[in-house]
Amino acid sequence: MSDLIERMKAENIGFFYGNKQTLKDITLPIYQNKVTAIIGPSGCGKSTFIRLLNRMNELIPNTRLEGEILLDGKNIYDATMDVVDIRRKIGMVFQKPNPFPKSIYENLSYGLKINGISDKSFIEERVVRSLEEAALWNEVKDRLNESALRLSGGQQQRLCIARCLSVQPEVILFDEPCASLDPISTKRIEELIEQLKANYTIIIVTHNMQQAARVSDYTAFFYLGELIEFDKTEKIFTVPSDKRTEEYITGKFG
Amino acid sequence: MLTNRIQELKKEIIEFATHVENMINKSINGLIKRDISLLNKVIVNDEPVTNKFELKIDAHCTNVIAQYQPTASDLRTILMIFKIGNDLERLGDEAVNISKSALFLVERPHIKIEGVDISRLAEESLSMLKDSISSFVNKNVQLANDVCLRDNIVDDYRDKSLKNLINYIRQYPSSVEQIQHVITICRKLERVADLSTNICEDIIFMVEGKVIKHAFNQ
Repeated sequence: MSDLIERMKAENIGFFYGNKQTLKDITLPIYQNKVTAIIGPSGCGKSTFIRLLNRMNELIPNTRLEGEILLDGKNIYDATMDVVDIRRKIGMVFQKPNPFPKSIYENLSYGLKINGISDKSFIEERVVRSLEEAALWNEVKDRLNESALRLSGGQQQRLCIARCLSVQPEVILFDEPCASLDPISTKRIEELIEQLKANYTIIIVTHNMQQAARVSDYTAFFYLGELIEFDKTEKIFTVPSDKRTEEYITGKFG
Repeated sequence: MLTNRIQELKKEIIEFATHVENMINKSINGLIKRDISLLNKVIVNDEPVTNKFELKIDAHCTNVIAQYQPTASDLRTILMIFKIGNDLERLGDEAVNISKSALFLVERPHIKIEGVDISRLAEESLSMLKDSISSFVNKNVQLANDVCLRDNIVDDYRDKSLKNLINYIRQYPSSVEQIQHVITICRKLERVADLSTNICEDIIFMVEGKVIKHAFNQ
């Protein structure tokens, strides 16, 4: 049980916008069925980093990547890898809930359909399962045909999580998932993350240090594009090894 | 989440308390039944376990505070668990002290001293410890208060015993070394009652947020 499985790994990652280097030689393991939080002040490269984990940055012109991102030992940037398949395996939830302007049901069936699934009963089953897993089923089961945009912000975010789960990913990336939510909705999302880690590998970027402390098992502290420290969350928040981590988490800068 | 972590901490403290209660029981039984192996077990096997318990609870409390920033009753509970852990470790030390003195006594002929009844004193102190654990488990403030009041009974009994023990030394000066160990045991049992009282004061603060220590008798 204590054996850690390295599900993903960033190896010597460097990232450039034009000539400007925003990430420097980042090497970081992502353990299976654990929550890894990435913290750091604005501009430290944490969002750039998480977006590299499912190739979200490659559409940005004039950028360059060094190093490798491995999923089960294979570089996801390898020419033989299918980007659609990678993004199915490595799902993502963003800062602002972004449901499709469609019904709740269609938000969830869409990903399955574009993945070539047409079996109606299978789709139905996945829709229900995903909503249950995202702790939203009880609230929406009688209104699946209503527009997703009529849901509250917190519900919309859980719908986006359910949408991500519908295609059965292995890794879920959360990029500041509670930044636009109220405290109660935030608590629900945090509880959900805690439950989801039993079945998924989770990475969360958050500018809310306390949230990282509450939800994660491992924490990486980024500063000026560098990984300053990576360790168990309880260690980072009680006896960090690096002075810069100590100063950041005690609020002395950032 | 925080609620689960607090539940785990409570479980750990209850296990720790049960272990320490057993240690004190063994040290007294070892003395009464003159069982050297039982006394040695307390010193050699049980004491290191208390140290591990204390370190574990210290680390867990520190982590929970750092990770969850608990407030109000959650904060009080964690802070008091931290303190109770400390008191339990000391109680474990007292069990060792009792066992060491008991080892000295059981290797020598038994002496009967009028007006000194170690098993009665032990019974009183142990019942306070047991009740303190039970008031922790059930958040029973009334029982915790009751334990605090019983501290005086143990103090009185210890004072009376000490008086009788000193008289005995006056009568039989050659027994001084043995009697000194009996005095140690009386004192340590009274410490058991004191620490149980501390635990109960902490429980009252944990449950109701009321500070009763130091001013309790006023």
